[in-house]
Amino acid sequence: MLSYAARRMVYAIPIIIGVALVCFMLVHITPGDPLVAVLPADASQELAQQLRTAYGFDKPLPVQFGLWLWRAVNGDLGSSIATGRPVLAEVLRAVSNTVTLAIAAAIIGFSLGLFFGLVAGYFRDTWIDKIATSIAIAGVSVPHYWLGMVLVIIFSVELNWLPAVGAGPSGSGAWAWDWAHIRFLILPAITTSVIPMGIITRTVRALTGDILSQDFVEALRAKGLRETQVFRHVLKNAAPTALAVMGLQLGYMLGGSILIETVFSWPGSGLLLNSAIFQRDLPLLQGTILVLAMFFVILNLVVDIAQAAIDPRIKRG
Amino acid sequence: MNDSALQAAPPANARGYWATVGRRIVRDKVSMVCVAILLLIFLSALLAPYLHLADPYQGSMIRRLRHIGTPNYPLGTDELGRDMLARLIYGGRLSLLIGISPVILAFSIGTMLGLIAGYVGGWVNTAIMRTIDVFYAFPSVLLAIAISGALGAGITNSIVSLTIVFVPQITRVAESVTTGVRNRDFVEAARASGANAFTIMRAHMLGNVLGPIFVYATGLISVSMILAAGLSFLGLGTKPPEPEWGLMLNTLRTAIYVNPWVAALPGVMIFAVSICFNLLSDGLRSAMDIRS
Repeated sequence: MLSYAARRMVYAIPIIIGVALVCFMLVHITPGDPLVAVLPADASQELAQQLRTAYGFDKPLPVQFGLWLWRAVNGDLGSSIATGRPVLAEVLRAVSNTVTLAIAAAIIGFSLGLFFGLVAGYFRDTWIDKIATSIAIAGVSVPHYWLGMVLVIIFSVELNWLPAVGAGPSGSGAWAWDWAHIRFLILPAITTSVIPMGIITRTVRALTGDILSQDFVEALRAKGLRETQVFRHVLKNAAPTALAVMGLQLGYMLGGSILIETVFSWPGSGLLLNSAIFQRDLPLLQGTILVLAMFFVILNLVVDIAQAAIDPRIKRG
Repeated sequence: MNDSALQAAPPANARGYWATVGRRIVRDKVSMVCVAILLLIFLSALLAPYLHLADPYQGSMIRRLRHIGTPNYPLGTDELGRDMLARLIYGGRLSLLIGISPVILAFSIGTMLGLIAGYVGGWVNTAIMRTIDVFYAFPSVLLAIAISGALGAGITNSIVSLTIVFVPQITRVAESVTTGVRNRDFVEAARASGANAFTIMRAHMLGNVLGPIFVYATGLISVSMILAAGLSFLGLGTKPPEPEWGLMLNTLRTAIYVNPWVAALPGVMIFAVSICFNLLSDGLRSAMDIRS
């Protein structure tokens, strides 16, 4: 087990370097001189040359990448052009809001997905199954940013029950788990939860169906186990795969929050990314994407190792 | 073995695999309803200039944000007074183009890469698949936005970034299917008869791997439609005043306090196309699963 974990971690190193390389190249596929991004509009030639040397843009690309990577490993992702503050601090502050949103969405989406999936798998081809699978397919097909708009229209514009945008009564102040703040979380969390809900329903339904059609279930019933006890066995067999899918979905919610955060002006990493793109704040864009992608890689790693740890069937020699 | 058994063995009118799949899908009601809806949306977008619609670019300050059901404006007007029905139908042109072409491009590129990686194996496989792993390590929304954000707004850039998102996914499927077919007897036979690698891949393997990859790709169209419209929604795809569903949602967002339900209409179109492709892909998958 430990050796599997160690090998899996070693294998992640080239991926991490590759991901960093993609993030590094983002600035260089931008049309025009990357220097334009860090230069004030009215800069003189001398200043341009100075900055070019300071940022290392006059060195060959591989050297630049090495220097950039070294600084990134030491926590220096440069400074935001818009605010002048360090990129890492900006990103980490925003990420905490995205984590809040993702956790709330995970609680809703995972529990509903598990429930619908198990019920649909258990009562396969009945009307219950049809309803659950229809909800699931709607969940994976809906443009979630549009769903967010529709929820705002119903619950904010028409009914005036919940706030439409922001993350608290004071705009984007510090988050707190009280009703004044949670009111702002409800609509974005529901919107974020529909895709994981749909995917988990579909996965768990397929898993449950597969497990129920295996011989050992027949044997359990023949042995005289009550249906609730059979259900426990089904649950135990479905758990490792279901957990792995949930882990991945959590990663997608953290990394892919830009559309929903834009709809709800939720002050997380997605909204930060959005403003970085439109202010052409390239260091901020690069830094945010690097941090989010690293989160995703590490989460994947943890999920893989956890799955191997809890599933005795996986003997990954 | 007696004569009658020999004669009975291959029925003369045995259907081929694809003919059987075709018959099964035609009998599937859900799939056929989806095909009908998609055909309606495709054809109306294609034939929009002949449908006697209002000019989708012609606005008017005195008839902004009319409600659904206003005479002459069955679906109301947008924030610049342009006819919503015309814009929704014309909007299908760009929306479908930017939503579907990344999948077609990624299908061609990914199948080729996966076939080469799976057939040639060795260091070629390692080089292709490890590169793919790097792109696979990004959440797809994040990767699409990173590339689009760096390249800047525009239809071409949006198609390029989504293609880059889908190539790794299709390559992975293509590679695993190819690896499964590679050691089958007929490939061995082709190799023994002196066919070169290119001929084996093109003539003997492509037909055997295309099916599963195709089904997988049809499932991606739904995601691609949502992401392509999403990029436009953020302002990274189509530019105004072009009618495109994602961009329309974006510009109408400011109107949700005035005329909320007109503002929500473009999303209905994205949802309809996306769910139809998803259901069709599910139908295709079960139709191709002949064993059941």
